[in-house]
Amino acid sequence: MAMLEIAGFEKRFTIHHLNKVMPAIKDIHFSLETGEFIGIVGKSGSGKSTILKSIYRTYLPDHGKMMYDSSAFGVVDLAHITERQMLHLRKYEIGYVSQFLNVMPRTTCRQLVTNALLEMGSTEAVAGGEAEKALAHFEIDPKLWDSYPNTFSGGEKLRLNIAMATVKQPRLLLLDEPTASLDQQSKMKVREIIEKLKLNGTTLVGIFHDIEFMEGLCDKVYDMQTRKLTVGEKVGVGAES
Amino acid sequence: MHEEPILKVRNLRKQFGPGCSHCANLDSDRLEKNYCTVCGTVYAVRDVSLDLYPGEILGIVGESGSGKSTLMQCLYFDTDVASGEAYIHTPALTGTNVFELSSQQKRSIRNHDYGMVYQNPVHGLKMNFSSVGNIAEKLIAAGNRNVGEMEATSKRLLENVHIPLHRMKEEPRNFSGGMQQRVQIAKALSNNPPILFLDEVTTGLDLSVQANVLDLIKKIQRELGISMIVVSHDLAVIRMLADRTIVMLNGEIIEQGLTDQVLEDPQHAYTQQLVYSLL
Repeated sequence: MAMLEIAGFEKRFTIHHLNKVMPAIKDIHFSLETGEFIGIVGKSGSGKSTILKSIYRTYLPDHGKMMYDSSAFGVVDLAHITERQMLHLRKYEIGYVSQFLNVMPRTTCRQLVTNALLEMGSTEAVAGGEAEKALAHFEIDPKLWDSYPNTFSGGEKLRLNIAMATVKQPRLLLLDEPTASLDQQSKMKVREIIEKLKLNGTTLVGIFHDIEFMEGLCDKVYDMQTRKLTVGEKVGVGAES
Repeated sequence: MHEEPILKVRNLRKQFGPGCSHCANLDSDRLEKNYCTVCGTVYAVRDVSLDLYPGEILGIVGESGSGKSTLMQCLYFDTDVASGEAYIHTPALTGTNVFELSSQQKRSIRNHDYGMVYQNPVHGLKMNFSSVGNIAEKLIAAGNRNVGEMEATSKRLLENVHIPLHRMKEEPRNFSGGMQQRVQIAKALSNNPPILFLDEVTTGLDLSVQANVLDLIKKIQRELGISMIVVSHDLAVIRMLADRTIVMLNGEIIEQGLTDQVLEDPQHAYTQQLVYSLL
């Protein structure tokens, strides 16, 4: 059984003030084994984020199946589990990361990562230590640990988000355009961080508008234009950099 | 995963006015919003059912007049319901519709199982009692008799909500709105209630105090595992606090879901308008 299998997935948006139903995506099929990294590529507006947000239930899925092999409930269809089950999975199994930070006001970087652990039931002492490790691991400057993230750069916000998500050791991590609007150097850092996550055995779904950058890193690539899944060596042949 | 809700509400209705033959069958299309144009009856809460699970924060949003506060007042027994059921999952109360209990039993639930923080601190505090006296009042109601213990508890709670202890003997009417609100939260928490109702608690507070109160509420949830219903018309507050959110309009629940889903993929026309209005 694959860790995540998307079959015949479809999402439409009903816009009431226009009296319109906007089709977003349809006929999406792909699957992912434990420990793999799948990259979803396509132009902006092609529906990449819609897939990711639907997996995370930020969008309500319309049609199709999203079978996820959870450790809490066994194999479940993410499109149909209860809200409480989804909250449980979000808390313990599935992480979502973007460059946009949406956090409690006036909370320091260190406290945000600590809180993520406290919510899972860690003790204050353990959480504090783990938080520092995570912040160091994702190369957030220790000078920033006790500041509020309002003034962080895009790359720093992203790394803080990754630290908050991965400190919980999720089984499945969703990366929403982690490299968008970053410069070359910051992108390199993101790449290194994804390599670290892969080494830790995290299963990843990432969306990118330019896949060249992720060459050699993805095990599979799903192209939104062709609706095709490319597997293994065909992805960025010999581009290990 | 089988979870028992700690608070289960079924088909709750509340009306102001006698109703008439025009509106009595509760046919919603005969009403102007939630108002009967013939007899003037307001149907404030119409057939509301909800579940509150242990340790979660449930948000309720809606415009003013949508019935959010009336719903809270019904649940807290401040006002009688027209019909409906509510079940609290504690050993003593399982299987009992708490709306049918005697007023004495309802008072006992308020003293032991419920905490309430009103939008206006005047409703939750005795303004001419000292702050510590306000908390002691609630502790005594909950059966506490040891003065030393009560004082220690009061001090700890006031410290938690950042009220300087040298002012604890002062009457809340001398305090700023934000401080009054924090004393009210301390009072509501004093009996360790498994269920806490928060009605527009940050409305009218300045941003800096609001951040304090939000942080305090999150901390309470994390450390004490208290289940909360948070009513607010402020979507940003709901986004920060609530795991799940209910949207009310004209006394009815029109939509519910995970908070980020309600805000990013709203289904109902009204919710869409609400979200588009967000700054």
